[in-house]
Amino acid sequence: MNRQRRTALQHGASLAGLMLSLGLMPGVARAQAAGFNRAAFDAKSLADVLKAIGAGTPAESKDINLQAPDIAENGAVVPLGASTTLAGVKRILLLVEKNPNALAAAFDLSDSIDANVATRVKMGQTSNVYAVAITADNKVLFAQKEVKVTLGGCGG
Amino acid sequence: MATDPMRIRAQAQGSNAIVRVLMMHEMETGQRRDAAGKTIPAWHISDVTAQHNGKTVLTAHWGPAVSKNPFLQFTVKGAKAGDKVVVTWKDNRGESRTDEAVVA
Amino acid sequence: MTARRLAAALLMCGVAFAAQAQPSTADGIARYREMLADGNPADLFEAKGEALWKQKRGPKGATLEQCDLGKGPGIVKGAFVELPRWFADTQRVQDLESRLLTCMETLQGLDAKAIAETPFGRGEQANMEALAAYVSAASRGMKMNLPQAHAKEREMFEVGKRVFFFRGGPYDFSCASCHGEAGKRIRLQDLPDLTKNPGDGVGFAAWPAYRVSSGELWSMQRRLYDCYRQQRFPAPGFASDATIALGVYMGVNAKGAESIAPSIKR
Repeated sequence: MNRQRRTALQHGASLAGLMLSLGLMPGVARAQAAGFNRAAFDAKSLADVLKAIGAGTPAESKDINLQAPDIAENGAVVPLGASTTLAGVKRILLLVEKNPNALAAAFDLSDSIDANVATRVKMGQTSNVYAVAITADNKVLFAQKEVKVTLGGCGG
Repeated sequence: MATDPMRIRAQAQGSNAIVRVLMMHEMETGQRRDAAGKTIPAWHISDVTAQHNGKTVLTAHWGPAVSKNPFLQFTVKGAKAGDKVVVTWKDNRGESRTDEAVVA
Repeated sequence: MTARRLAAALLMCGVAFAAQAQPSTADGIARYREMLADGNPADLFEAKGEALWKQKRGPKGATLEQCDLGKGPGIVKGAFVELPRWFADTQRVQDLESRLLTCMETLQGLDAKAIAETPFGRGEQANMEALAAYVSAASRGMKMNLPQAHAKEREMFEVGKRVFFFRGGPYDFSCASCHGEAGKRIRLQDLPDLTKNPGDGVGFAAWPAYRVSSGELWSMQRRLYDCYRQQRFPAPGFASDATIALGVYMGVNAKGAESIAPSIKR
């Protein structure tokens, strides 16, 4: 298979594993109480191999615009945002792969809001960050990028 | 209501309003230890809701990885100057704060 | 891509060198700072400071609204860019924090000595930071314009210059070691040359500032304290004459520079 497809699958695999470990795969989530499952914030490990089955396999998508700097002068405050013009996005997730707990924030969107949110997160070290959009019909799309975290000046 | 301030700026842009919020909050992760070696308990905003003209438009669920003195930006559709935006945060100690702003 | 990784690796070794940063990294940092510029948590401290300014506090149950910051009682706008300056009522050249201490003591009955000995960020020192944010914000966009009409103001400039170049401590550092010439840098931070006007919104015209690394609002007093800590000097004393003198030296050198305080820093 060509390299792009392999890379896309690998990205999809690690994200799927990550989301499974967080209990965030849409099919799984529906079985839980309506409202957000806060156990998702306790997930510590990043699952690596693709196990996702059924609706909601994460797919990397150019339609998801991840706003994050290439390099952060300090890991305490890293701007992180997600936007997409796709219709029907119900939830946006922001994840930092190498943080002790990967999920940083989740946003439930009504129809009256653009799928465009931004906040600032703490990053413990250089890491991939993910912006994930989940649509009403359970499509899971994501973008990822590496954000370098540096220590500036005289030791922080 | 928590006494540390919150600042909301809502700016009309076309038929939307861009809302930017700053909340004063420690956002303690629960990972740090104090000088005596004891873990400093996690203390952070867990939920943020935003309302536009009385209707909830956004609900955010936050973990401790959101930065201290958090920033939040979102865009409300179909908003115009004079509309009211209300933001409420709630933290894991049960404290909360609500502020409102008028779209400029 | 390889060049960028190499540049990042070099930078993380903590090597301080005067050469220019790799353009891609410098651009990246500029982009990061740009992303933070809109939505400065210093706003929150300004709000807190404004509330404190108008709040009846202390044994005398008074507000700070009659505090004279150099332009007359209660005049906040424009005061920041003219500090430090000479005050007839105390017969001293005073900077912002020193003057706030004077007002907190004389108007509100608070204990200035105890506040000066309180660690930064705690108790009344936290209030001091908020007040510094509020007062400096009222001069945002105005140009540094410290007075030098009074003999004591000119004397403090000379004292400040001596302090600036005074070498000591186990590293034999002075302020000038880092800020004595243009083009110096530590890791990713460009160091402004404080012996002259380093430009709008730089150096003296950029503090107080919200420091993202600690999530705290740093006044100039705190910035100086930390400079001395990094040089392994003894603590300079909160609002001491030495720190005020440095403020005069830097502020006069920065005449004409636009103040962006309170700004945002890493």
